[in-house]
Amino acid sequence: MNSPLRAAVILFPGSNREGDAARALRQASGAPPAIVWHSDRTLPEGTDLVVLPGGFSYGDYLRCGAIAARARIMDAVRAHAARGGLVLGVCNGFQILCEAGLLPGALMRNAGRRFVCRMQHLRVENDSTPFARGYARGQVIKFAIAHGEGNYTIDAAGLAELERSGRVAFRYCDAAGAVGAAANPNGSTNEIAGVYNDAFNVLGLMPHPENLIDPLVGGIDGRAMFRALAAA
Amino acid sequence: MKARVIVTLKPGVLDPQGKAIEGALKSLGVAGVGAVRQGKVFDIEIDAENREAADRTLAEACEKLLANTIVEDYALDHE
Repeated sequence: MNSPLRAAVILFPGSNREGDAARALRQASGAPPAIVWHSDRTLPEGTDLVVLPGGFSYGDYLRCGAIAARARIMDAVRAHAARGGLVLGVCNGFQILCEAGLLPGALMRNAGRRFVCRMQHLRVENDSTPFARGYARGQVIKFAIAHGEGNYTIDAAGLAELERSGRVAFRYCDAAGAVGAAANPNGSTNEIAGVYNDAFNVLGLMPHPENLIDPLVGGIDGRAMFRALAAA
Repeated sequence: MKARVIVTLKPGVLDPQGKAIEGALKSLGVAGVGAVRQGKVFDIEIDAENREAADRTLAEACEKLLANTIVEDYALDHE
């Protein structure tokens, strides 16, 4: 085994899933992540993985993730991503990555207007990335969702490029794996629940893998993502 | 100088809030109401030599933060 994964969880004012992310990382790698404050300028030396946790950074003011995306630490996150470092954004973290331009598209108000908070099945669309190697393509997994603004929106050209290049990470589906409007919790284009950047080292997704690591809370389908990252 | 920035959703971007407001107006019986789209207004005090300089500053503010130009358009207005 290589040296243990060195992860950093970025903490913004209004983040609230940083503890869950830290717990999942510790469970998978045996070491707790560094917690890095948004106004810091640098990541800890040797950081392998940056996690942008869920929550309501800056109270969702202006647009979800808009203010956090311009926080001082994001220059360091951008540089980390540019040199191939891993970045995982969950829920509000996904919104921040889109606002920061590290991922394409935008996350808009749920089409059904409601905040959705429940378990959600997903279909794994690409199993060849550092994040998803622990799953099989087409596998149906169950994560938790909890968001009011998860409607993934992208223009036709951007969508075609995502689909063509295998950058759709996960799609919303039902328990049997059927993808379609009936299993789409928020109106996302093409039922997209998560996307990669063009180098596949940045992943953003609305569902919460970090909440599905303990049978006590309904499943362990999230473990494979953190284990794969820990072994990266 | 006081300026106003108006940010609106691009045509075709789904606006559930606008739809809800439209439904509420119609249920109140406000006559003649058609489609409603919700946007944002920013009133900004700006220190600039002239209108052109102010416009440049405001456009920079919009591009960098006030609007997400993937899904939103912006317009500038002066007092």
